[in-house]
Amino acid sequence: MSTKQQNINHQSFSEAAIWGLMRQIYDPEIPVISIVDLGIVRAVEVSSTVNNLNPKIIITITPTYSGCPAMDVIGMNIRMSLLEHGFKNMEIKTNLSPAWTTDWMSAEGKEKLRAFGIAPPNPSQSVCSPAQFQEEEVVQCPHCNAHNTKMVSRFGSTACKALYQCNECQEPFDYFKCH
Amino acid sequence: MTPNQPINISTNQLFNYTLHLADNNLILGHRNSEWTGHGPVLEQDIALSNIALDLVGQARNFYQYAAQLKNDGSTEDTFAYLRDANEFKNVLLVEQSNGDWGKTILRQFLFSVYQYYLYQQLEKCSDRTIASITEKALKEITYHIRWSSEWVIRLGDGTIESHARMNNALHELSEFTDELFIPASYEIEIARQGIMVDPVFINARWREKVEAILREATLPFLSEDNNKQSLSGKEGQHTENLIHILSEMQSLQRAYPGCEW
Repeated sequence: MSTKQQNINHQSFSEAAIWGLMRQIYDPEIPVISIVDLGIVRAVEVSSTVNNLNPKIIITITPTYSGCPAMDVIGMNIRMSLLEHGFKNMEIKTNLSPAWTTDWMSAEGKEKLRAFGIAPPNPSQSVCSPAQFQEEEVVQCPHCNAHNTKMVSRFGSTACKALYQCNECQEPFDYFKCH
Repeated sequence: MTPNQPINISTNQLFNYTLHLADNNLILGHRNSEWTGHGPVLEQDIALSNIALDLVGQARNFYQYAAQLKNDGSTEDTFAYLRDANEFKNVLLVEQSNGDWGKTILRQFLFSVYQYYLYQQLEKCSDRTIASITEKALKEITYHIRWSSEWVIRLGDGTIESHARMNNALHELSEFTDELFIPASYEIEIARQGIMVDPVFINARWREKVEAILREATLPFLSEDNNKQSLSGKEGQHTENLIHILSEMQSLQRAYPGCEW
């Protein structure tokens, strides 16, 4: 048994401690934002056992989009992180309902996106309807902060982003679209 | 339920229905992915590839549920890679060849509108798993409808050339739209069990939305009696197109079963 495992005490099994580990796992495609800030981790449970030895850790995650290829990697990274910290008894559940929304992204996460050059999602969900030729959302340029920007394509480098361009500084940028 | 125990008849119909939903998405997703790297402009190539990814992702969710219902060791990959054409239950519309960009757009539009109204019913259905998968998918389909309807209008009400191509596409695809609303045996059964409404139920809403967009696109309406199609893709009777798709899509797993990289 490794030293790490022997050192596990009751404190390290707390749900708060597991949330702390989850905050250190980053989205593989947007490596500045953690899976907690993204709203992907929905629940952390530590099931109690009689003598509190080897309790089971259950992590519930939800995909941003049905086909998000990062999900498999995220699941594996959670597993690796828990194993690294001496937790062997684990289950990773995927939950589809309620469906993920950009409302679950933390304020801190949105700020990190902006700093990375990705415009964070607007708080409003008002344009998420199937009607054609809607007025496009006003998206602020993450580089020069101008609001005078235009959408280039509703679909960007990953399923969760749209392509925009700033009319002021001319820089193209990704917008994490409201969903 | 223990492995290898045959599933009962009612679960079997739910299993068939789940495969039908999965197959529709996989085959259309695969068709769309054939455009990856070949789109008319980079942004639209990416858009269609994104839609393909959404569809294949939704298909995976349905296949995983089908594997759970079957409970005999089958996995999502077994269903996608190791079944023959006559075991696929997708509608004929989604397997039709890509043709030009206009035909691909129109096929996506006709299917997305169908999927949208169908999933609005399914997200309220009594089967919890199907309700969850469709609730998630609906948010994605909303984007697909917006994107495809804007393109149908842009091309239909565009140049003489683009209008003529959209007319041709409509002519080629309209014979496959009636099948969407003709219930297969398993659809009748699960409607009887109260899991899902009869697909006829969403026909009027589909037609209303499709006609509104076609009108704006200055394209003719689909006539009510254009169904010359005697095959039922839902029941495993397919056009030759599906065999070509599968022979390409499955070739690796057929040659090297269980291969991973």
